[in-house]
Amino acid sequence: MMATSAVDMTRQQRWRLSTFLDANFQYWALAPILIFLAVLTLYPVGQLLRMSVSDMAFVKGKLEWTYVGLDHFQTLRNDPVVPDALKNTLLFVVVVVCVEAVLGLLLAILVSRARRFAWFYRSVYMIPLLIPPIAIGTIWRLMYDYNYGIINQVLFELGLTGPLWTANPDLALVSVMIVDVWHWTSFLFLIMLAGVESLPYELSEAARVDGANEVQVYRHIFFPLLRPTIIVALMLRTILAFKVFDQIFLLTGGGPGTSSEVISLYIYKVYFVQTRLGYGALLALLTAVIMSVFVVFYQWLNNYVNRQR
Amino acid sequence: MKKPGTWLLHGVLMLFALIILAPVVYTFLTSLKLFRDIISGSWAFDPTWRNYEQLFMSNRNSFIDLTRNSLVVGGLTLAVVIAVAALGAYSLSRFRWRRAISGLVMAWLLFVNMLPPIIFVGPFYLIARTLDIYDTPLAIVMAHSILNLPLAFWMLHSFFADVPVELEEAAAIDGCSRLQTFLRIVLPIARPGIAATAVLVFVFSWKEFLFALTLSSTPAAMTIPVGIAGFAQEYNIRYGEMAAAAFFATIPALILVFIAQKHIVKGMTLGALKG
Repeated sequence: MMATSAVDMTRQQRWRLSTFLDANFQYWALAPILIFLAVLTLYPVGQLLRMSVSDMAFVKGKLEWTYVGLDHFQTLRNDPVVPDALKNTLLFVVVVVCVEAVLGLLLAILVSRARRFAWFYRSVYMIPLLIPPIAIGTIWRLMYDYNYGIINQVLFELGLTGPLWTANPDLALVSVMIVDVWHWTSFLFLIMLAGVESLPYELSEAARVDGANEVQVYRHIFFPLLRPTIIVALMLRTILAFKVFDQIFLLTGGGPGTSSEVISLYIYKVYFVQTRLGYGALLALLTAVIMSVFVVFYQWLNNYVNRQR
Repeated sequence: MKKPGTWLLHGVLMLFALIILAPVVYTFLTSLKLFRDIISGSWAFDPTWRNYEQLFMSNRNSFIDLTRNSLVVGGLTLAVVIAVAALGAYSLSRFRWRRAISGLVMAWLLFVNMLPPIIFVGPFYLIARTLDIYDTPLAIVMAHSILNLPLAFWMLHSFFADVPVELEEAAAIDGCSRLQTFLRIVLPIARPGIAATAVLVFVFSWKEFLFALTLSSTPAAMTIPVGIAGFAQEYNIRYGEMAAAAFFATIPALILVFIAQKHIVKGMTLGALKG
């Protein structure tokens, strides 16, 4: 008697547990991603706050914190590299985003008009997005090489003396911009292509019947329709361009001097070359705040544009 | 559009294709050259695999170790990311949630995707040191998991949304629990999409540099990009081996472009235009 009832009990409990789990499936299915986000983003941001008001050192493998208050802010005010890095980052972002947007839109329009080989162009244009950025940096480093690189070789054969490219303070930032345009134009191309392909071609036919020429069709019909896509894509690419690190690390290391120093690279150096974890954390925190404003604005813009459609 | 226009169109498009392909081809050719052919700058040379042998066979380089690390990191990352993102994406795409909650998760993922990763470098370094996983593949897997979560989530979310609800209702009527429905009905139907997501996550992990650099210090955990960057910091530049390493790291991208083109476009632009 006793035995059977005990078995019944466990069976009943198990049944209840599985019903409970099943009824709440949606909650525990979402739990892992929330835990990941909390542990690997919220907690690190908390750490960043604490690090930015501390000095820390590993003593016999154990981390020791010393509270230093606002000392790192003082360091920031006297740091001559930060304004340079900010200026370079802004210049870099503005220039590459503009060039990439123009090229990306042009390519998208052209590819949408090419009936044959469109798949080929699409595939090839996508390649730079998938190559490891460090490999891209290496490829360009070989090509930029003063003595043996192909760029200066070609210039030599044209009777010109090639410049030092990445080692020339006036050209270092331009050199890495060229690489970035090669790398990221594809991204804007893909987004613009999606926009261009959804354009209503009947409308352009109608305009053509009414005597509009090709340029007028694009200017007065397609461009206004594409404007939301272009604005959102520009904003998105602007935010992503601030991440730039890999190629500059490889090609110039931020130099010569601070001529191609950007904010991500400088924070890396503060952390791992100068081993000032606290000060690096303060710079990272400020970057996070500034970029968050951009992201919020992007999200508002994206929602606004989607509502207009 | 009459002949001349079409020729011009394809001419311009081919020129851009050439601009993209030429550097990759140039690197491949350089990787087949001996040093004397590189410095002579001549177009004719005897191709040789020596640089690749140097990369993988000699004691000077540890590219076998680095390749193993890259594969381990990529494999573990995609396993973790797909499992976590699939459950979360299914939950949010199929069940009723308050807008505040679903909106919060979406916005949070957007932030993770868009903020510069340098923000997380310092804390991740401390976490890795404190947990004593610094300079192990595990530390890099931790970073790559969170970096790739948004992309995987958005892609899977859209694939699950395409699965017909009727199938799930039928499964429920036949007595499947929700978990069973998910595992036996939804996952198999969404398999092509999941595979594409997994491949993309792997490639993104394969090419990631910043965290691999800051969370490793020896060939025990270093991945291929970190090894390549090492070449650039040497005083005597080994051009041939550098080119070989860069080309080797590019191979997954070249394969991927031709097998999963459609899905890559989706993955790249989806996160872009969904808030």
